[in-house]
Amino acid sequence: MSNVFNIARVEWRRIFLSPLAWAVLAVVQFITGFVFINLLLQYANAAAQGGDLGVSDVVAGSLYGFSTILLLLIMPLMTMRLFAEERKTGAITLLFSAPVSLTEVVLGKFLGVLGFIVVVMVLMALMPLSLAWSTNMDWGRVAAGLLGLFLLMMSFGAVGLFVSSLTREPTIAAVGSFGLLLVIWLANILAYNDSVPFHELFSYLSLIDHFESLRRGVFATADVAYYLLFSALFLWLTVLRLDIERN
Amino acid sequence: MGNQEAGASPDEVLIEARGLIRRYGPTVAVNHLDLTLRKGEIVGLLGPNGAGKSTTMKMLTGNLAPSAGEVTIKGVSLREQPKLAKSHIGYLPEQPPVYPELTVDEYLRFCAGLHGVAKKDIGDALASAKRDCGLSEVGSRLVGNLSKGYQQRVGIAQAIIHRPPVVILDEPTVGLDPIQIREIRTLIAELGKAHTVILSSHILPEIQAVCDRVMIIARGTVVYNEPLSSTQDQSSVVCGFRRPPEAVQLAGIEGVDGASALGDGRFLVSSRKNADPREAIAATAAERNWGLIELHAQQRTLEEIFVELTSGDLRAAA
Repeated sequence: MSNVFNIARVEWRRIFLSPLAWAVLAVVQFITGFVFINLLLQYANAAAQGGDLGVSDVVAGSLYGFSTILLLLIMPLMTMRLFAEERKTGAITLLFSAPVSLTEVVLGKFLGVLGFIVVVMVLMALMPLSLAWSTNMDWGRVAAGLLGLFLLMMSFGAVGLFVSSLTREPTIAAVGSFGLLLVIWLANILAYNDSVPFHELFSYLSLIDHFESLRRGVFATADVAYYLLFSALFLWLTVLRLDIERN
Repeated sequence: MGNQEAGASPDEVLIEARGLIRRYGPTVAVNHLDLTLRKGEIVGLLGPNGAGKSTTMKMLTGNLAPSAGEVTIKGVSLREQPKLAKSHIGYLPEQPPVYPELTVDEYLRFCAGLHGVAKKDIGDALASAKRDCGLSEVGSRLVGNLSKGYQQRVGIAQAIIHRPPVVILDEPTVGLDPIQIREIRTLIAELGKAHTVILSSHILPEIQAVCDRVMIIARGTVVYNEPLSSTQDQSSVVCGFRRPPEAVQLAGIEGVDGASALGDGRFLVSSRKNADPREAIAATAAERNWGLIELHAQQRTLEEIFVELTSGDLRAAA
């Protein structure tokens, strides 16, 4: 376990030593902040006309719902370097020749990415928190939304890690994981097409459908389990991929 | 530390490879390679480009699984217990595996932890590895800002920070300037006192300068495996006379195996195994009044051996 944490710590540090992470965080904060203020202004208008929406619906519902698209765009950029760049520079040999198992390497890298995700979560949580002085928030609702975002980003991270292990070009890893994520995301299109056999299954497999209920504040174990299993599957595939590399 | 381990005899076998085969598709990069490395040796792996040196080293360090064959490190099978076996090895690949965005200290601390150095010992391990590799002054600099030579040293420091019994260095001086090459060579010779070292190179003087034993690899197999000192025994003698005798007369001298005329009264005399016929030649020449004007031993150099054993490749490549 100490190996996992050692790798995770260095990975997290390397993510934040690169200007990429800061640029991505700045862009994410700027765009979500812009949308947040917009939503608040809309809400203030609607409230004056006697709307029945709560402020927590606006923040957790609309803002976090919008953020998923943004996160789909940025996560491939954050995960593209994980294995691809190390393979390109040869630094991967350090991990392969150290007395560390491949599972530990993969988990360590994944934990490092989770560290970055936690920082994004803090930014996401700060916006509703800024309203706490002026209004009563439904914190359970906000927490469910945040948990949903975290699980979604975790799944993006696992897919990105896997695609990064397939190639030695970080840009190809970014394009590849974006494509793969979008395909899994859009699987729910098939669910609305009645002529497709087992169309309900696709809705269940789609990445985004499980976020819907969390976004609405409904905590279902099935959704959480989906994201955990989804991430575990791709981490396992990554270990397999790295093992094949030695043969 | 390797040398002070209890019950370690000087002849202890540290790395043993038996029947290593590695195929890349239809090409066979390494073919039935056997290798044994004992404690305290510095072994040089020599070979023309593409002979299988790097592939062999990758297999010895667990970076590449052999298609067939077995590697044991200190008696531990690399296939069955990879973690335990790898903990006895330090490896510097052709490209130093460094993270340019970390400082030297951060990077080496990470490597120490990765190689299982206990937390409380990391400080000492870091200090001694930096001292050994001449990095004490640059600890707080970013690895990416260091020159190639210093990055190479960081790579070597990474390979020895956990004081493994075996250090494997793949072309450690490639791309360095002559002064850096000398420094790295001195460092390797220094390492050889406490660690067992395998060093690959295609630079012959480098191997001659630091190694105890030479293995020449060609076409994926070991074609020569002798202590470096033995290249000095296989000598022949060149002698010249004012009044040259017949070659047969020279061949009759004690310790002489045969003689061939080089012209101008000079002869190339090959000696019998472990014999030095120079004294006998001088005595006979004086006795028979041949007028000896030149007499010296000509050593068979590593270069000659190398060219002889690998020239098949060169011809095939030409």
